[in-house]
Amino acid sequence: MKLANSTTTAVSLIKASLKRIEETNDWHIFTFVDKDAAIKKAEEIDAKIKKGEPVGRLAGVPYALKANFLSKHRPADASAKILTEFISPIDSTTAEKLEKEGAICVGCVNLDAFAHGSSTENSYYGPTKNSADRSRVAGGSSGGSAVAVALDCVQFATGSDTGGSIRQPASFNGVYGIKPTYGTISRYGVVAMASSLDVIGFFTKSASDLDLLMSITAGQDSKDQTTLPDFYGKDDTQLTKKCIGYVKEFMNSPALDPEIKSALESKLTSLHSMGYETVELSMPTLEYALAAYYIIQPAEVASNLSRYDGVRYGFRSGDLKATDNKTSIDLLFENTRSEGFMRENKRRIMIGNFVLSSGFYDAFFLKAAKARTLIINEFDKAFERVDAILSPVSPNPAFKLGEKVDDPVSMYLEDVMSVPVNLAGLPAVAFPAGKNKAGLPLGLQIIGPRRSDKNLIKITEELV
Amino acid sequence: MEVTEQDINHLISLSSFSLGQAEKDALRRDLAGIFKYISKLDELDTSGVEPTYQVFEMKNVWRPDDIVTQDASREDLLALAKEECEHQIKVPKVL
Repeated sequence: MKLANSTTTAVSLIKASLKRIEETNDWHIFTFVDKDAAIKKAEEIDAKIKKGEPVGRLAGVPYALKANFLSKHRPADASAKILTEFISPIDSTTAEKLEKEGAICVGCVNLDAFAHGSSTENSYYGPTKNSADRSRVAGGSSGGSAVAVALDCVQFATGSDTGGSIRQPASFNGVYGIKPTYGTISRYGVVAMASSLDVIGFFTKSASDLDLLMSITAGQDSKDQTTLPDFYGKDDTQLTKKCIGYVKEFMNSPALDPEIKSALESKLTSLHSMGYETVELSMPTLEYALAAYYIIQPAEVASNLSRYDGVRYGFRSGDLKATDNKTSIDLLFENTRSEGFMRENKRRIMIGNFVLSSGFYDAFFLKAAKARTLIINEFDKAFERVDAILSPVSPNPAFKLGEKVDDPVSMYLEDVMSVPVNLAGLPAVAFPAGKNKAGLPLGLQIIGPRRSDKNLIKITEELV
Repeated sequence: MEVTEQDINHLISLSSFSLGQAEKDALRRDLAGIFKYISKLDELDTSGVEPTYQVFEMKNVWRPDDIVTQDASREDLLALAKEECEHQIKVPKVL
């Protein structure tokens, strides 16, 4: 991912990207294409190169922003009706850092509204299609980002991962995706979903590109007080044990697709020949991770999404027929929220308000917070023995459009192997692991202890 | 787990929604299935376990009491509201 000193120009790279976006229109990837601004920035970069002025490490590289990232004067609607017409007045820290290095945003890509979903079908704009088969889902919530990279519209795309939203679409489309350690990259200017789980990450076509993007964007930000002091590239964690684990309960799960299982087994064999010991880990508490996640995440969603009321920005309902017991402002709140949120947004807000409500808090929210401790302890114990854990991302490859969208529990079960990582704040890298007989991409993830992000990229590089 | 009409109305009111009967019935069915799934946690013994709300157990950090310039201008922010009147956001009658 480097332009300076090559014979290519930034303008030709951007034009090629814009052409590819047009050619892949049927996949429904982009919700906004910023053609003129992208070409203008490319011309500026070419002029600088010509004059011999320094340009950044990503000079001229076209990229896409998941549409829940704010970037000045671009729409940032999170593919949600309630945020339509919202033009960002600020830059997210991530977009700012990428732009400073010369990367050029060619547009914003589709997601499940507010990142609520595992298929990109919950988008107000309709679904993005799978890169390998248009009758199948892209995965989600960062479906647009994954397909944009898979189909070469851009060299990389941003994503956010609360329960698998980077790793699952990466694996459904045969690209690389990183979910960094919680707190590695600033979330300032990214539409919040569940604050104790959300992380920012990237989609690329190689592990080394992930490394470059991490080294550019990781670090503490005074605008996001949950960011950690920069550790990336300075990790003291080493691969000292030369031992990789795999989870017995995942391997024995009846839900696990046999072709994903054999892809994982073949990577274990490769690890063996690379000199790693591989061991089976029993992690029985992970079975409860999804239930805990579907308490903690909606609770945080309900709190974060209470700010959308139609007053200060975004969509506002015009239906304000006053009734006897409601003031016009109450109607404005209720009608805006009822018309502006998708069904899945409503489900999560209502689950969240339920688990936090008086009489249910102890039985649900507190119980889930305790389960979270047990899950963290189980990972900590595993990492006493192994450097990293190799795991499926999701139990199955990309499913058919419409197959799960009306059955929330079966959609949630998509995340059963990805959410434990978020609950424990761990880093994980999803990488391509071949295709199944039907030609659909398969993906795996490698999970490490907190702050082992760089090591995971290193192992991925060796393994693929 | 059963979700009664009264439960669903309570959650709709907590969520500031106003929903028609068909959507209400659909959500009632969906939530019953989801509550049943999350009740799986009952099987897990958590006695004596401390809860985790935040993975790094970070402490609040106080900022020095300096004036911080905002990234966005007043005009940019007002332009985002549906209705504006004399440099204020206009809303329907509150009382």
